[in-house]
Amino acid sequence: MNALRQSSPLAVTGKYLALAFYVAFALFPLYWLAKIAVTPDKLIFSEGTALIPSKFTFENFQTVLLQTDFVAYFRNSLIVSIGTAAITTVIAAAAGYAFSRFDFRGKRLIIALMLITQMFPLLMIIAPIYKIVAALGLLNSLTSLIIVYTAFNIPFATFLMQSFFDGIPKDLEDAGMIDGCTRFEALRKIVLPLTLPGLGATLGFIFTAAWSELLFALMLINSNDAMTFPVGLLTFVSKFSVDWGQMMAAGVLALVPSCLFFIFIQRYLVQGLTTGAVKG
Amino acid sequence: MTARADNAPGETRARGSFYIRYMVEPYLYLSPAVIVIALVMLVPLVIGISYAFQAVNLLRPFDTGWVGFENFQALWSDRKFWLALKNTFWWTVGSITFQFFLGLGLALLLNTRFYGKRLVQALVFLPWAVPTFLSALTWAWLFNPTIGPLPHWLAALGILSEPYNILGDPDLAMWGPITANVWFGIPFFAITLLAALQSIPGELYEAAEIDGASAWQTFTKITLPFLAPMIAITVMLRTIWIANFADLIFVMTGGGPANSTQILSTYIFTTAFRKLDFGYASAIAVALLGLLLIYAVVLLVLRRKLVKI
Repeated sequence: MNALRQSSPLAVTGKYLALAFYVAFALFPLYWLAKIAVTPDKLIFSEGTALIPSKFTFENFQTVLLQTDFVAYFRNSLIVSIGTAAITTVIAAAAGYAFSRFDFRGKRLIIALMLITQMFPLLMIIAPIYKIVAALGLLNSLTSLIIVYTAFNIPFATFLMQSFFDGIPKDLEDAGMIDGCTRFEALRKIVLPLTLPGLGATLGFIFTAAWSELLFALMLINSNDAMTFPVGLLTFVSKFSVDWGQMMAAGVLALVPSCLFFIFIQRYLVQGLTTGAVKG
Repeated sequence: MTARADNAPGETRARGSFYIRYMVEPYLYLSPAVIVIALVMLVPLVIGISYAFQAVNLLRPFDTGWVGFENFQALWSDRKFWLALKNTFWWTVGSITFQFFLGLGLALLLNTRFYGKRLVQALVFLPWAVPTFLSALTWAWLFNPTIGPLPHWLAALGILSEPYNILGDPDLAMWGPITANVWFGIPFFAITLLAALQSIPGELYEAAEIDGASAWQTFTKITLPFLAPMIAITVMLRTIWIANFADLIFVMTGGGPANSTQILSTYIFTTAFRKLDFGYASAIAVALLGLLLIYAVVLLVLRRKLVKI
């Protein structure tokens, strides 16, 4: 819209320069991570700060995959993130549907409770959670992480799903229900297929959040077998802090799943929030 | 009339199911969410607040019990706490200012037309998808003079006298995590503000153009007023979120050197995680919660006073 008027060459150049700055700022740290990861160990100190290394190697990736525990950390993180994303999305879709389609007593109270969980410092409950999980004998288990992460992510996922449901006309299900469907059938056959992009986006959000969580995982996991990727990487860094190439190769690997999900969801991101913004 | 009442089939059924439909059915959908949140977040929250008034230290398991306000008295005379409070303020203000203005700029740019827009949008939003621990490590490495370029660039620009690691310098260390946080947080502001920008009706801009408004006038008279509610709510929520955000600092500096980057949330975490002193950690957390509540209330009152319409 604004673009129509900005036809002066100076303004256009300025705009592209600004965009280039943003892209460079966003990508540079990631480029650097990948660059050190493919630089041969011998060259790191002599060419550590050169923009492009003179030789490339995939040795660091090989070492990380074959000689360290990162494959196990990766698997643990995948289990936790996929488990959390799947459970949270199902629970949040149900709750978001209730918020979107029903007016009922206690609705405002429950919304308020969910908002409160987004406001207080999560670290406040790190000590009680640790004691409860320890008392249940669930320290060092991935299950405890999945349960904790699920709870953390439900409120946001619920509001997100609600905005997606709000974007679907109520008439569609009403028509289905007049034709003899029960509400649940109408939800399953008519509404859910239309919210698939929303479900995908929510899955992606939660997956990324669970994949990145560090502090609760540090607190609840200390055995090497159950470490998630963040905990494993941090332990690795504090133990072998000179293996630059290997650390960065591990970092690049940690980046892969969240980037895949991100590429998948980023199209829906602004779109989903727009429908929410228009409604709200 | 009577005939119609008699004829209404299923009216009793409707009466009976009215209760189910409007009182019970929503809760069938909601109960899993409510139960999980209550058990995993609200109950521990209450327990956590109660810890603030107890001695709970896993390293001294026999020395437990209610201590009243002892933890808070210790907090009051704890110099580290006041330092962390000051650092929290600068960390939050520094991060949010840069995140907001750079995010707004990016949103305005993305709301125009240009070549390769979809690709550019995907690329600039990417940092948001990078796991926080990895952002922290990456930026810590960028600031490391052995393998990172930043110290050398800063030295070449004359900002640093020689290429050294600013994360080890008490005067400059806070800029490290702030930079990482700005990098990580720009996409959030850009995404939410872009969504708000796209919901501004296009006709308004057309009308403004017909009336011969300048670009600056359009921005201040149409764009900003439309964005204002979104800006207010995102800045408020983000401020609280950043004040609570410990990951970046914990990974990059661990609160050091000499506590120069210790903020309240990292202080809570290190007290709980390293010292296993849950009582004291909870007291700091309660203090932080109180401060955030005051902040939120002040903002809401201000908003009521300022926005009369």
